[in-house]
Amino acid sequence: MRELTCITCPNGCLLQVDETEGGIRVTGNACPRGETFAIAELTHPMRTICSTARTTYPETPVVPVRVSGEIPKERIFDVMKEINNIVLDRRVKRGDVLIPDVLGLGVDVIVTSDILTRKLCCH
Amino acid sequence: MPDYDVLVIGGGPAGLSAAISAKKEGSRVLLLEREERLGGILKQCIHDGFGLLRFGEKLSGPEYVERFEEEFHELHIEYEVLTFVTDIRKQEGVFLITAVNQKGVQNYQTRTIILATGCRERTAKQVSIHGTRPAGVFTAGTAQHFVNLLGEMPAKKCVILGSGDIGLIMARRLTLEGAKVEGVYEVKPEPSGLTRNLVQCLEDYGIPLYLSHTVTRVFGVGRLTAVEIAKVDDAMRPIPGTERKVECDTLILSVGLIPENEMAESLGVSLDAHTKGPVCDNLFMTDVDGVFSCGNALHVNDLVDYVSESGELAGKAAAGFQKTWRTRGRSVPLDADASLQYLVPQRLNLDYGTDKVVLYFRNKETLPQGILHIEADGKTVFEKKYRNLKPPEMERLEMDFGKFHLNGASKIRVSIRKGGDAK
Ligand SMILES: Cc1cc2nc3c(=O)[nH]c(=O)nc-3n(C[C@H](O)[C@H](O)[C@H](O)COP(=O)(O)OP(=O)(O)OC[C@H]3O[C@@H](n4cnc5c(N)ncnc54)[C@H](O)[C@@H]3O)c2cc1C
Ligand code: SF4
Repeated sequence: MRELTCITCPNGCLLQVDETEGGIRVTGNACPRGETFAIAELTHPMRTICSTARTTYPETPVVPVRVSGEIPKERIFDVMKEINNIVLDRRVKRGDVLIPDVLGLGVDVIVTSDILTRKLCCH
Repeated sequence: MPDYDVLVIGGGPAGLSAAISAKKEGSRVLLLEREERLGGILKQCIHDGFGLLRFGEKLSGPEYVERFEEEFHELHIEYEVLTFVTDIRKQEGVFLITAVNQKGVQNYQTRTIILATGCRERTAKQVSIHGTRPAGVFTAGTAQHFVNLLGEMPAKKCVILGSGDIGLIMARRLTLEGAKVEGVYEVKPEPSGLTRNLVQCLEDYGIPLYLSHTVTRVFGVGRLTAVEIAKVDDAMRPIPGTERKVECDTLILSVGLIPENEMAESLGVSLDAHTKGPVCDNLFMTDVDGVFSCGNALHVNDLVDYVSESGELAGKAAAGFQKTWRTRGRSVPLDADASLQYLVPQRLNLDYGTDKVVLYFRNKETLPQGILHIEADGKTVFEKKYRNLKPPEMERLEMDFGKFHLNGASKIRVSIRKGGDAK
């Protein structure tokens, strides 16, 4: 038996996971997503990542970005490399796609702030 | 002098929600923010995990708070940024506020004030470390500001002192950007961050966590070159002979947050020794009539969803107070016994909002099973079972106190009992 903490939501349920011949049995989860998480964790762990992308604008040297969905845990640093190759010279908005289908993983790298398009102060 | 019903100080998630809800109640609202942009601390919290309760989505900090900023602008709420409040005084039931910004000295008049000033980090001054004072010692929030807003890496090889959430999040962030995080050292026998952050920020990246350890000395002239680590005993005193020197160019402190309440103190608001924030009632009103508090200024929250909720409730209450109630009403204390680390609110208003009271609490000890117990005038009126109660994870509970027939002499006591069987 293995113990895992479900990281799907802030509850952070402590899961007991039993691998038997019939499959994987999960207890301790307060909702069905805990079971999905535990099975993924034992077979192909998935994560999201957030980072920043460089820009050419001195007053906003970086903009926050994230992947639009989960990626395999072992590909995190590969995706980071792709993100670190970006140099933005246009004023992107929140939700804009910077890298579609990054490394063929089926998710996009998207911008998560309007910092480049928003005026600073004034009303 | 410009005249307002509700004046909000602080433009983070708490202040934005407070201003939005007061405006929706028909109040004339002004929000003052000292920084250049609205959004508060979430501007630099680029990691995801925000808004799971409120929106059912895993948003980054900027995505979460910009949704509120949009609503704020759609409602055409007045605001000023780069504006520092320098003085607040109360005169015949009205607050006179002096602030300074690029346009000069500003004076405002308001009937209610909402303090949404957030919290600040404990710094090196508040932990005792011997040695030189080299560059390379930062709080986790400062490191976060460097990396996420300025795009500058403050560290190549670092040690993190304290297992607070910001430190855990920065351990992952710095690792992703190519730094080596040698370890996270926590003086207490239990981690202070959320379990899910221990998993997704440390375990995922193979970063070790050392409990009952602390940094006792720093080395380096000019820039930090190493730190000395030691094990500590039950009283958190370093154990001689356990010292070990770890080379690093950066020491990051994640040793706790304290509500920012200079302004509250200058208004004569009483603070709670446990939360370090104002004592308030279920309407988020402090013991000074017309002064409200919400978000991390009231108590340090671990989830921004609750910060927004408290802002919303405080904004609505401030609008109601100045428009219709005018008096604070009768109230009784909500006594939390020693099993709780704290309970917010600390008082229960008997005249307004009694039917829907939101309680926020943290228990003192980690408990696999516990029962929250509420007693009114010696009688048990409510019990609820909890699993895995942990001090770093705040609990929220909605209660209808209207049905308990309370009066001005009522005694209410809240406690958490060990075990699983509610009697
Ligand atoms: C590093 C970090 C990571 C976090 N991670 C998560 C997470 O993963 N998930 C989650 O749900 N929550 C998380 N939180 C918690 C959440 O971000 C906070 O609870 C929330 O931002 C607090 O909102 P606030 O409005 O009370 O304070 P703040 O966001 O701090 O805003 C306060 C504002 O008041 C302004 N201000 C202060 N004093 C004055 C003054 N005198 N005059 C004018 N303006 C003033 C400040 O400039 C600031 O803009 C995290 C917090 C931090 C710090
Ligand atoms: S099992 Fe469900 S409730 Fe528990 S942490 Fe996972 S997602 Fe959240």
